[in-house]
Amino acid sequence: MTAPVMTATALARHYEVGGGMFAKPQTLRAVARVDFDLYAGKTLAVVGESGCGKSTLARMITMIEEPTAGSLTLDGQPVVRARWPKLRQDVQIVFQDPYGSLNPRQRVGTILMEPLAINRRDMKKAAREEKAREMLGLVGLRPEHFDRYPHMFSGGQRQRIAIARALMLDPKVLVLDEPVSALDVSIQSAILNLLVDLQERMGLAYLFISHDLSVVRHVADEIIVMYLGKAVERGPKADVFAAPRHPYTKALLSATPQADPAARKERIKLVGELPSPLDVPPGCPFAPRCWKVQDICRETRPELDLPAHAAACFFPLKPGENATDAVLSEEDFNTESLPQTD
Amino acid sequence: MSLLSVRNLSVSFATSAGVFKAVDSVDIKVDKGEILSIVGESGSGKSVSMLAVMGLLPWTATVTADEMIFDGHDLSMLSARQRRHIVGKDLAMIFQEPMSSLNPCFTVGWQIKEALRLHLGLDRRARHARAVELFELVGIPAPEKRLSAFPHQLSGGMNQRVMIAMAISCNPKLLIADEPTTALDVTIQAQILDLLTGLREETGMGLVLITHDMGVVAETAERVSVQYAGQKIEEQPVASLFRAPHHPYTAALLDALPERATDKRLPTIPGVVPGQFDRPAGCLFSPRCKYADDKCRAKPPPPLGGDLGYARCFYPLNTDERAAS
Repeated sequence: MTAPVMTATALARHYEVGGGMFAKPQTLRAVARVDFDLYAGKTLAVVGESGCGKSTLARMITMIEEPTAGSLTLDGQPVVRARWPKLRQDVQIVFQDPYGSLNPRQRVGTILMEPLAINRRDMKKAAREEKAREMLGLVGLRPEHFDRYPHMFSGGQRQRIAIARALMLDPKVLVLDEPVSALDVSIQSAILNLLVDLQERMGLAYLFISHDLSVVRHVADEIIVMYLGKAVERGPKADVFAAPRHPYTKALLSATPQADPAARKERIKLVGELPSPLDVPPGCPFAPRCWKVQDICRETRPELDLPAHAAACFFPLKPGENATDAVLSEEDFNTESLPQTD
Repeated sequence: MSLLSVRNLSVSFATSAGVFKAVDSVDIKVDKGEILSIVGESGSGKSVSMLAVMGLLPWTATVTADEMIFDGHDLSMLSARQRRHIVGKDLAMIFQEPMSSLNPCFTVGWQIKEALRLHLGLDRRARHARAVELFELVGIPAPEKRLSAFPHQLSGGMNQRVMIAMAISCNPKLLIADEPTTALDVTIQAQILDLLTGLREETGMGLVLITHDMGVVAETAERVSVQYAGQKIEEQPVASLFRAPHHPYTAALLDALPERATDKRLPTIPGVVPGQFDRPAGCLFSPRCKYADDKCRAKPPPPLGGDLGYARCFYPLNTDERAAS
C-alpha cells in the first residue's frame, strides 16, 4: 500500500473555558486522541452529531489551530507551527455555507487568483489568470463567469467557485466541511459528481465531514464515527454500514431516514442528549445513552480495538444483532423518563 | 369534510422588476389526522403557499384562491381579529429559521407562555406547568432552567425545539411544519418526528410537512405533493410515489438521491429552476426534461387524473402501474 499523504496520531485539542478572577478555568476536550491516515485518491469521512468535534478536527488539519497534543504529518514531514505557511498550501478547505465563504465585493476571477497572488509571488499576472480560467472550466463554470460577482450565482455554482478556489494551489488534501448540506438534492448530486471527478483527475485525498449518512455512504472509502470528541468506530465504509460494531453507530444508522417507504425497520431511540463536553463521563462517553451499558462502561474508558474495523466498546455488536435483544423495552424509551443531562 | 381545503391558490409578488408568480394554482387538501408532505427544491413555492394559508405574507403579496377553508372558516373572508383567534391556536406553524423567528428580547419561557395566556387563558401557575411539560415533550433537558434563557443562549437545535413546543402548545388541529428538523441532528430529528406523529395519533391533528429531505418524507408522510417552480406537478400516496413516480421531475429527483445510486456518479438534473424572467411558455420543467418535445415547450400541460397522480405532464411515466394500483 502506498504511504499516506497525511497521518494523525493521537490528535487532541482542548480549550480552556470560563474561569474568572477566582474561578479555575475548565478544560473542554473538543477532540481527544484521534488517529487516522489519509491516502491520495481516497476519501475519509468523519461523521457525528453537532458538538462531536468534527469541525475542530478540520481546523487542526488545515492548520488553523494547533493541536494541544498528538502529532500530524504531511507527506512524512511533521506539521509544526514554524512550517505552517508552507504546508498550508497543500491542505485546503471547502466550507459548508457557500453564501458566507465568498467575498461579495470580489469578482470570481479575483477570488480564484488571490491564493496565487499571495503564495506564488513570482508568477506573472497573465499566468495566474490563465490558471484561474482553466480551473473555472474544470469545476463546470463558463468562461463568462470570470468577471461576475458571487451574488449572481446560485448556491450550487457558489460551491463550485469555493471548490475551484481551494484547488488553485494544487493541494494534496482537501477538507470538505459539510460541502453539500446547504444544497438541494439535484444540485447536491452534481457537486458530489464534481468532487468524484476532481479526485480521480488530481489524486486528491479528501477528508469529508458530514452528518448526512446517505451522502457519506456514497462518497466515503473509510469512515470515522465521532462522539464527544472521540472516535468510537473506524473502518471501511462497507463494513461500518453493513455491520456497525459500536452501539452509537448502530443508533445513528437507524435514525437516518431512508428514502424508501417500503423499508420498515426498527428505530433505536436514543434518550437524552449529548453530555456537555465540559463534563464528559469518566467511562465510555456514550454510556449514559447506551442500551447495552454495564458497570465497566461507566468506570473505564474503552479504546479502539481491532485495527481493520475498530470500535471503542467493551460489548461491540455482532453482525446481525438487534437492538431489540437489549434489556430495555419500548416503555423505557418514553420521553418522560428523559435523564437530566446537565 | 377535510380540515384544510385550498383550491387554485396563486400568490404573486409585486417586485420592482414586475410581477413574480411564486405559487401558481396549487390545490391543497388535508384531512383530520393526515400527514401531507410538500416537497420541492428551494424556490418551488412550498413555504410561500403555506404562509399564504396562515395569512402571514407581506403586503407586496397578492393571494388569490377559489377556496380557502380551514375547519369551516373561510380564511379569505376573516378579519384580522378573527384570524388571530385561529392562527397560533387551531392552525399553528413551525417556522424554518428558529434563530430569526424567536424574539431576541424575551426569554423563551415568556414567549411560550404568551401563547398559553392569550389562547388558552391559563393562570400563571398552570402556564408554567404546561410550559415545563411542553419543553420535556420536545426533549429539552432541564426545562425549568431553560425557560428563563434567551434565544441567543440556546443552540439552533434547542431553539428549533422551543419553536416546536410553541407550535404544539395549544393542541392545534392543523400543524404546518416548515422544515422542522433541518437544523437538527438525526437522533434528535427522529425524536421530533416521532413526537409529531405521536401527537397526531393522540389528538387527531393534521400535519403538513414541508421538507426537501426525501428520507423524512418516506418515513413520515402518507400523501406527498411535489412542487416545482410554484406549481404542484404531482401528488400521490407516499408508497406509490416512491415506487412509480409519474412526472419526470419526481423521477429525476428520486434518482438523484445518493442512496439510490448504483454508480459512483449520480444522475443529475441539468439546468436550474426557472426564475422570474426565464419562465418557459410550455411545461415549466421542459428545459430540463429529457423527454420533452415541441409540444411540451409550446403549451403547458394540464394536470392529469388522480390515477396518474395529477401529474402535469403530456407523457407521464410508469403508466402501466395504473392497472396494478
